[in-house]
Amino acid sequence: MQDKINEIEQQIDLAVQDVQSSRTLQEIKMKFLGKTGKISELMKNMRDVPAEQRPSMGKLLNALRQWTEEKFNALEKRLKDIELKKKYADEKIDVTLPARAPADGAYHPNTLVVEELISIFSGMGFEVFEGPEIENDYYNFTALNTPADHPARDMQDTFYLAPDLLLRTQTSAGQIRVMENKKPPIKILSPGKVYRSDDDATHSPMFSQMEGLVVDKGITLCDLKGMLDEFAKKIFGEDVKTRLRPSYFPFTEPSVEVDVSCFECGGKGCRLCKGTGWIEVLGAGMVNRRVLEGCGIDPDIYTGFAFGMGVERIAMLKYGINNMKLLFEGDTKFLKQFKG
Amino acid sequence: MKAPLSWLKDYVDIDVSAEELQAKLFSCGFEVEELIDLGKDISGVAVGEVIECEPIEGTHLSKCKVDCGEKGTFQICCGADNVKKGIKAPCALVGATVYATAKDHVTIEGVMTIKKGKLRGIESEGMLCSGAELGVNGDMYDGADYCGLLLLPEDCKNGADVKPILGLDDYIFDIGVTANRPDCQSILGIAREVAAVLGKTVKEPDYSYKAVAGIYEKIKISDLAPDICPRYIGHYVKDVKISTSPLWLRKRLALCGLRSISNIVDITNFILLELGQPMHAFDLRTLEGREVVIRRAENGEKITTLDGNEFELNSENLVICDSKKPCALAGIMGGLNSEIKDDTAEVLFESAKFARDSVRKTARALGQHSDSSALFEKGVNEYTTEHAIERALNLIQTLNCGTVTDVHIDITTKNSHLKEKKMTASISKINALLGIEVPAEKMSRILKSLNFGVTLKGDEMKLTVPRYREDIDGYPDIAEEVIRFYGYDNIKGTFLPSASITNGGYSDGQKMQKRVKNRLVAKGLYEISTYSFYSQKDLDMLHFPADAHERNAIRILNPISEDLSIMRTTLAPSMVNVIVRNLRRGNMEGKLFEQAKIYIADELPIKKFPEEKAVIALGIWGKQDFFDLKGYIESIADTLNVKFEYLSAEKPYLHPGITAKILCDGAEIGYAGMLSPEIAEELALDRMVHIAEIDYDELKKHAKPFKYVPISKHAEVTRDLALTCDKAITCAEVEKEIYSACKYVTDVKLFDVYIGEQIENGKKSMAFTITFTPKDEPIEDKVDGFVKKILNNLKFKLNIVLR
Repeated sequence: MQDKINEIEQQIDLAVQDVQSSRTLQEIKMKFLGKTGKISELMKNMRDVPAEQRPSMGKLLNALRQWTEEKFNALEKRLKDIELKKKYADEKIDVTLPARAPADGAYHPNTLVVEELISIFSGMGFEVFEGPEIENDYYNFTALNTPADHPARDMQDTFYLAPDLLLRTQTSAGQIRVMENKKPPIKILSPGKVYRSDDDATHSPMFSQMEGLVVDKGITLCDLKGMLDEFAKKIFGEDVKTRLRPSYFPFTEPSVEVDVSCFECGGKGCRLCKGTGWIEVLGAGMVNRRVLEGCGIDPDIYTGFAFGMGVERIAMLKYGINNMKLLFEGDTKFLKQFKG
Repeated sequence: MKAPLSWLKDYVDIDVSAEELQAKLFSCGFEVEELIDLGKDISGVAVGEVIECEPIEGTHLSKCKVDCGEKGTFQICCGADNVKKGIKAPCALVGATVYATAKDHVTIEGVMTIKKGKLRGIESEGMLCSGAELGVNGDMYDGADYCGLLLLPEDCKNGADVKPILGLDDYIFDIGVTANRPDCQSILGIAREVAAVLGKTVKEPDYSYKAVAGIYEKIKISDLAPDICPRYIGHYVKDVKISTSPLWLRKRLALCGLRSISNIVDITNFILLELGQPMHAFDLRTLEGREVVIRRAENGEKITTLDGNEFELNSENLVICDSKKPCALAGIMGGLNSEIKDDTAEVLFESAKFARDSVRKTARALGQHSDSSALFEKGVNEYTTEHAIERALNLIQTLNCGTVTDVHIDITTKNSHLKEKKMTASISKINALLGIEVPAEKMSRILKSLNFGVTLKGDEMKLTVPRYREDIDGYPDIAEEVIRFYGYDNIKGTFLPSASITNGGYSDGQKMQKRVKNRLVAKGLYEISTYSFYSQKDLDMLHFPADAHERNAIRILNPISEDLSIMRTTLAPSMVNVIVRNLRRGNMEGKLFEQAKIYIADELPIKKFPEEKAVIALGIWGKQDFFDLKGYIESIADTLNVKFEYLSAEKPYLHPGITAKILCDGAEIGYAGMLSPEIAEELALDRMVHIAEIDYDELKKHAKPFKYVPISKHAEVTRDLALTCDKAITCAEVEKEIYSACKYVTDVKLFDVYIGEQIENGKKSMAFTITFTPKDEPIEDKVDGFVKKILNNLKFKLNIVLR
């Protein structure tokens, strides 16, 4: 019996010597361990073994069986590993091939800027208000302290549709509509299209503005500065500072022009900021008493500030767009660049 | 506003550099838009004395020895005809920069650097210069217009820099003046701010003159339009001698870009620049009746202005007349009939205030603008009006070109501003507005430096406002004056410590609108933004007939151009234009949308606010067809939880067979279809273009909130049915019938349409997958019954049979 076992062991060693694939291995395995395999045959022969020898023989055979199974298992694992590696190597793809993505769209850069501004200011408690684009003289000028003979009317060349109807030149017109209908505290943000009779490299007859208005008790110029500091940091970067300098708008007094430190060069002076270290981004000021009065708000109790910025200007600064016309052309090569 | 540094120095002792002054002006609200360095291109040019000068034979050149003092003595070849021994001229040394001039010796063609060279074999170490080569003309320096060497006075030191001698060490500040400060549209006005910012005092111009009482004929002035001419001052000067102005005067005008004309005209222009008061000088002999009448023009009255333009006037136009005819367009330009001539001997000076909007309206209506009208439109103040006439008389005497009489006629009206404004301001209120504590003393000092009269009494400041500061109205104006000079750097950011908490963000309507846009972007569309105006031509492009309601567009009364002259009534032309542009630029396919307003008038011309309607336009081109477009439209319906119906329809710009009207709850909300092949051909488009336009304002009324529908535990059952029907029957009709036949049907999806040999002529086959959704009970065993009912219904109502 021991001889037979040795023989089988030798046969197995010989059989698996050159095995290359797990399939061949499987066939060999069947020859020895299958139902009619050599080891199974030996097991069957146990019947003919004298009873007193059976336990020791049984042990030997079981040991053989275990040895064989382990041998095959180890071999099988090795072969599978090799085969898997080969399969993986065969299936390797060029990950730099172009993506097969579902076609994606994008918002207009103006929308991206407006959404960002709204998310900044709505967190500070500003509601979004959209006024009409076609206004009358009262809302666009008179109520904003710009009577008929006021030189500021020349600051913005106005498109007229009828003697008393015009395309609003500023989103500030919406301020009045809000203040007429709502008592302080007021915090509104008013985005929208505005129109001026101007058409050159840096001006477009239609553009977008975003207006902000706060009216409450005890509002100061320092509050305006604080809020704009926050805005500048969120839009242009944490290190960006703001600077106020005197300016003039009929509906604010004092009025300021607001510059931000150049986010391109950090204020050292570069092409973007024309060497000054500062970039003009918006106009602002404390709401003129006459404007509050006109809306039935007592300027001795309430004060407020307003600010207004050109959305295209912010978009151009933020994305480095050098020509305003691009924003209105709808060229998909342009639009595809802003998938924010 | 152009202000030469040299001129400002007449009134303020400026002891800082031009750059420092620029920064100071900026800090107090006067942005120097350009700082022009007059001598920026000129360097290394010294006074040279020609100590030897020999003609070089056979040429027009002379070989000179030029003594440039401590710079050395140089041999220079010179071609100028006025070079000779003993003269002094600007000498550009080797390495110097001067202007290169064209053959005419006048036109500047760039800057050149002087090199050592040889002319006709003779060494030349520099160049003697003309005025043009240094950028100086006859109004800047006497004799500088000569097409030869610019001759310098004998007392110039050899080797000295020529720039100070020629005034090239000067700077011009081009200053942006805000609309509230018309008083700063003048050299003196800027000088006042300069003085305040430098802590100096202003030296006012000399307004003094001596008048002779004389025998004179009476001059009569009457103001018949006091509402638009609140003040008018006339003064009579006799024995006038018209001549050229002295250099100092011509130079001042030249630096500010004005041409010298004659001494009298130059005086008025000088005052326009110096004080910001436009003046006029009439040749008195031309004023019939020696009379001035200020009145509105009669309709149809005519005037020819100094520049030879003739205008027909109406009663909107203010004119200065004699007893018979208009002699000047008030505040804009004098008449040709009364202009100063070489033999003018009697002059009537005018210094007046005309209403801003009157001048503006006339200047605009006639298209006639001048430096004078620009100033009147910004606003002049009567303090200056009064001083201007005195200054003119002072200059008459300085130039010694006439005899000042005491005929001074000052017409004041009830609209005149003769008195100083007095006001009080509370220090605590000013500080409350600013949010910082500016000490009262500091406020007082700042205001005094701006010529305010200030008396402090506790929290109160009693103020006298300078008469030229018509912009000062209330305490916020005072707060601005204070902070302008106290410094905006002192404003430190705070975060609304006293304000109430408010709830911010979008309204529900705005949120919904945003959801629609989000969905379209998620579906792969790009958002565009186009102008709200276009022209009737854009409607022509899309074949809108003359009676289409889209033609009832609101016209802009003063459009920038005809191309941008009507407010759009449909977004389709804008979308098509964008697609055309994309195709021309090689973008062969794309998907776009725009959300914007259209403007619908009740009546034209409009009298009241028109309707501003929010619409959404979709545009796709390239390989995608009608059903892709419909897919995007359906996604809008899904976003608002509504169902759209599509009916075959027609639109002027769409393919008549490939156009649908879109309905929501029975209401028409838009159109979709393929751009008409005719239009595509006219526009030379070689790709399919599909357009849709949806009335968002109407659509949003139908939006429904999302509500959970319980999901059945029992399995859904689907059945495929292939049906044969008349070709004319639409998919929607069949779907509708299937739905209505059985309440368990939750989805009907067409998966095939067949028309061809396998089927009877005039018929088509449509195959649907129908989904039956159970409610509380399983339905497997009922579905056969449902199908039977559906088929019966289809047969009965639409004559549709199972294929």
